[in-house]
Amino acid sequence: MKRFLGFVKKEFLHIFRDFRTMIILFGIPTAQILIFGFVVSTDIKDARVAFLDLSKDEITQKISDKICSSGFFRRVDDLQNYNEIDKAMKKGIVKAVIVFGDNFGHDLINQGKATMSIIADGSEPNTATLITNYITAIVTDFNRKLAGTPVTGNILVQPEVRMFYNPELKGHFMFVPGVITLILILICALMTSITITREKEFGTMEVLLVSPLKPVHIIVGKVLPYFILSFIDVIMILVLSWFVFDLPIRGSLILLLAETMLYILMSLSLGILISTVSKTMQQAIFISFLGLMLPTILLSGFIFPIENMPEAYNWVSAILPPRYFIVIIKNIMIKGTGFMYVWKETLILLIMTTLFIGLSVRNFKLRLE
Amino acid sequence: MTNNAVISVTNLVKKFGSFTANDNLNFEVYEGEIFGFLGANGAGKTTALRILSGLSSPTSGEVIVAGYNAKKDPEKIKKNIGYMCQKFSLYEDLTIRENIMLYGGIYGMPKSLIKKRTEDLLEKLNFREYSNRMISDLPLGLKQKLAFSVAVFHEPRIVFLDEPTGGVDPITRRQFWEMIYETADRGITVFVTTHYMDEAEYCDRISIMSEGRIVALDTPEALKKQYEAKSVEEVFIKIARPKP
Repeated sequence: MKRFLGFVKKEFLHIFRDFRTMIILFGIPTAQILIFGFVVSTDIKDARVAFLDLSKDEITQKISDKICSSGFFRRVDDLQNYNEIDKAMKKGIVKAVIVFGDNFGHDLINQGKATMSIIADGSEPNTATLITNYITAIVTDFNRKLAGTPVTGNILVQPEVRMFYNPELKGHFMFVPGVITLILILICALMTSITITREKEFGTMEVLLVSPLKPVHIIVGKVLPYFILSFIDVIMILVLSWFVFDLPIRGSLILLLAETMLYILMSLSLGILISTVSKTMQQAIFISFLGLMLPTILLSGFIFPIENMPEAYNWVSAILPPRYFIVIIKNIMIKGTGFMYVWKETLILLIMTTLFIGLSVRNFKLRLE
Repeated sequence: MTNNAVISVTNLVKKFGSFTANDNLNFEVYEGEIFGFLGANGAGKTTALRILSGLSSPTSGEVIVAGYNAKKDPEKIKKNIGYMCQKFSLYEDLTIRENIMLYGGIYGMPKSLIKKRTEDLLEKLNFREYSNRMISDLPLGLKQKLAFSVAVFHEPRIVFLDEPTGGVDPITRRQFWEMIYETADRGITVFVTTHYMDEAEYCDRISIMSEGRIVALDTPEALKKQYEAKSVEEVFIKIARPKP
């Protein structure tokens, strides 16, 4: 144990003495949180929506058909009452719910106007804004056609927009989980793969392997500081987002931190795996950047919604661990859901971690032989 | 130097698939001896060295190092040997003192002993005033000397040196060999691989490997006589040249 602690201490010294490492550890997260105020706008296609039609008349039928035939939306569910709205959204199946109240058609014909509601999932502000804008436009078009019919004269359907989970549509809500996901991959996978390959390249790994330290101690000793420091990073990001952007954590903080630890563990095992297949630091950096950083930024749903991706990208995205963590962390932080809603993603991360550790151990043994 | 074998290798074979890296090696190394392990690149020296230091397991044969079987007890071997590889093996971003303490700690030495020996070592190398300097500030020759001192810091029974003097100037090499002699006099066995044939002359005994086999093993004088050569270099060229 004493041997091991001395070794860990040395690892901390490496980190604290390297200016670049310190920048990556603490400079980049801070900068990213503060700079990433903007978000990239995107298009929607086949967004899943549900209808809650309490009126069930000819006009609501017409409006629903018009929305669904536009090509932007796909009807996935018909709800029976208001209580089901929250449930449908928390499951993440639908991006928006369109509600027609009692006597919608009756009101429209008798009073000349009626109100419908569009409730969108604000945890993805971009998508939510786009969805409501599109639906509003479709309804406006419907109004124009209504006005064109000679019988009714000046009647109107008024769409009323409501956002669930993120009523003010704050963009930061979307990128904070993204930044945490990205930073953790950066620190854990990239940095650990570099620090291990550095020992290999400099020849110190040989000396360590010949020493009484067991290989498992060497690896755990090398990644432990990164585990601790990246966890501190997450807390730093959360505190920063809370102070600067008033970002609340709706769900359980303990669940959030536990899931984060699992994700850190996954990233570390990925970093170890990368280090077992690369001979030089350059190679490790190359693999981490091309194989991890870019896909995480582009394909994990961090910036571009996964539902808009072509099928092939969607498949690539499915093997990226960050994709699942983003879902988990968004659910917990923004929607406030519990473990019941993220257990599938958690299980996937758990399986991936086991797989990566298994592969690393196998590669490591092969290399020693 | 005594006649107690501290390394004893019997019928050692190491195969990688169909390739035989070590083909039936047999030799003994005695306590306090300076044993030169020579051979052209690719002759199988590194493979043998890895087996002797407990990093790799033999395919067949018996290897006893410091009293322990390399196949069954590689971990116990590791505690009793020191190792210095051809690449420089200290941490550039740690100070001299931190490097020494680190390796002392890794080998499980008690803290008080580490402290005492560190001071002794700094004194001996005249490094006291530099002890808080980063390794990266030292010239290569000093680094190599320090790396050697660190490799024997825990007083191992055997120290393995894998081409320790690569890229070092002749004067430092000379001083380095003085340190090797002094270490052997303390009873620590020195097992050294080298490509410098003048260094081979300094060894008590040398073995020459070629194509996975040991083709010669004796004192430098005896080998020179046997092959009617003026120097070990000539012996080496006569017998270690790989067949075309």
